[in-house]
Amino acid sequence: MNNRLADRLATVMFWAGALLVLLILGFLLGYILIHGLKDISWHFLTSPPQNMLAGGGIGPQIFNSFYLLLLAMLITVPVGLLAGIYLAEYASQSRVTESIRLCIETLSSLPSIVVGLFGLLIFVNMTGWGYTLMSGALALAVINLPLMVRVSEEAIRSVPPELREASLALGAARWQTMWRVIIPSAFPGLLTGGIIAAGRVFGEAAALLYTSGMSSPPLNFADFNPFSHLSPLNPFRPAETLAVHIWKINSESLIPDVRRVADGSAAVLVLVVLIFNLSARWLGRVIHRRMTAA
Amino acid sequence: MEKTMTPVLDVEKIEQAGNPVSGAGKSLTAKRRRYGEIIGRGLAFSCAAAVILITLAIIYFIAVKGLAIFTVNGVSIRSFLLGLQWYPDRPAAQGGPLVGAATMIIGSVLVSLLAVLLSTPLSVIVSVFMVEIAPGWGQRVLQPAIEILAGIPSVVYGWIGLSMLVPFIRIHSGGQGFTGFSLLAGFLVLSVMILPTVISVSADSLKALPGQWKEAALALGSTRWQTIRMVLVPAARTGIITGVVLGLARAFGEALAVQMVIGNTREIPHSILSPIMTLTSAITMDMGYTIMGSMWNNALWSMGLILLIMSFFFILTIRLVVKRGMVK
Repeated sequence: MNNRLADRLATVMFWAGALLVLLILGFLLGYILIHGLKDISWHFLTSPPQNMLAGGGIGPQIFNSFYLLLLAMLITVPVGLLAGIYLAEYASQSRVTESIRLCIETLSSLPSIVVGLFGLLIFVNMTGWGYTLMSGALALAVINLPLMVRVSEEAIRSVPPELREASLALGAARWQTMWRVIIPSAFPGLLTGGIIAAGRVFGEAAALLYTSGMSSPPLNFADFNPFSHLSPLNPFRPAETLAVHIWKINSESLIPDVRRVADGSAAVLVLVVLIFNLSARWLGRVIHRRMTAA
Repeated sequence: MEKTMTPVLDVEKIEQAGNPVSGAGKSLTAKRRRYGEIIGRGLAFSCAAAVILITLAIIYFIAVKGLAIFTVNGVSIRSFLLGLQWYPDRPAAQGGPLVGAATMIIGSVLVSLLAVLLSTPLSVIVSVFMVEIAPGWGQRVLQPAIEILAGIPSVVYGWIGLSMLVPFIRIHSGGQGFTGFSLLAGFLVLSVMILPTVISVSADSLKALPGQWKEAALALGSTRWQTIRMVLVPAARTGIITGVVLGLARAFGEALAVQMVIGNTREIPHSILSPIMTLTSAITMDMGYTIMGSMWNNALWSMGLILLIMSFFFILTIRLVVKRGMVK
């Protein structure tokens, strides 16, 4: 075969490959949204699920997903940020640093079901809490931590060294420089990275099956006392999230309208993840423009 | 690594020597700042140390629980890894319980290997496209598309597989009693799920190649295809292999999406249309229904330990590949 022709054919192949990936994505999103959007109504989004009958909603599951995400991020963000600061600012090329990096690599490649098993053992059984939101949040924090550390370290490292040097030259201490100069200018990177990390764990289910549980007790959404058993804010109650709900109704549910509930839930899940993704990009751009132009 | 790039400032020395405020060390603000510095450094270090602690705790606890089947129940490692029989609750009168995890190990290995085989060529093609053929278009359209693909939750992949792919396979499998829940459905779902991982890692390594190599190849009269095939892809092979191994790791450890579409039958598959069971799907389904400390339950923890060991194996492989790639 002549080289010219081979080159042409190869180009066609590369375009075809790229288009195929776009087609797959388009098909997946189209499938989820076309099937799911017609099932989404105010009633579906706010009412509790049914055990035996058709017509149940996913209200508590949506709330649980967001609340669990909030709890998980409350743990992950400070720990991840501080660990990132350590790696970017204080760590030298030592054995300790090397082992921290190896641990991050290990953690980020662990299957989430293994983290779930660890959570079951420590956060559910050893603490004696049983299946609770808090156990789930801790398991999610373990999953999210490596990504958060990496995001923070990268964002901090990408701050121009002149800023840091100027601050130090003005007599500021290292820690002051970190909080008053470096973190503010690394903020766009931290924010977008954080939102992307949040979007990742929003759909997590395998690690939650045996930590936050597969049941949602009756909740009273007018009860704002976090220590009350019926309060949705109580972190020590079992909580089924949206992603877990999709899995559970498919594997062991008795409701006749599994298809409708699963379609609707999948669409909500994907929409939320899309919103996270797009808002992270948009916010990153806006903040960057503000900080550089203003 | 990057430490050498930033100019080394010995902050402590500067502070003590030339800094008019902290040099005195007597004023209140200076003292407070000194403490702030120590506390801040301590906090940052303890969070970094927490990462190590968590990792060690996971390894320790999973290993202790995972080894119980050998130490407490007296099952031999050989019969656990190679045994095909799975009767974890058979009463002693009928010969006692048997826990052979081989069918599940085979299931996991098959489904993830096939997924990688299917996914790798497409991933390499797409990553070359993004970097070499149409960088602008790749950056604007494909990059976000791949990020969205990576963001779709695994249960949603499982649900699409269950509601669309499984019935499709059932209808088109020639009506020999196949349900559609199959090895085929499992690896098709996985192959899409690992695309983003393999593509982005390969694309990064292609981007990192020095531009002169490409220019030299083109200047020697190679066509673009020859340059890609004989210079760029071979030069980026370390990164591509890393991406493939990461994809394999992800496929091997994926639980719910696979569990939803493979049918979960403990048999060695005789065709890609037969149902299978994987380590992850066995853990997912049985962990909630077995009693902590029972033999059945211990066997599940040992499967968790296998998953853990496999993920070490994948990391080690990547480290080796990268090391080799740097020497050459």
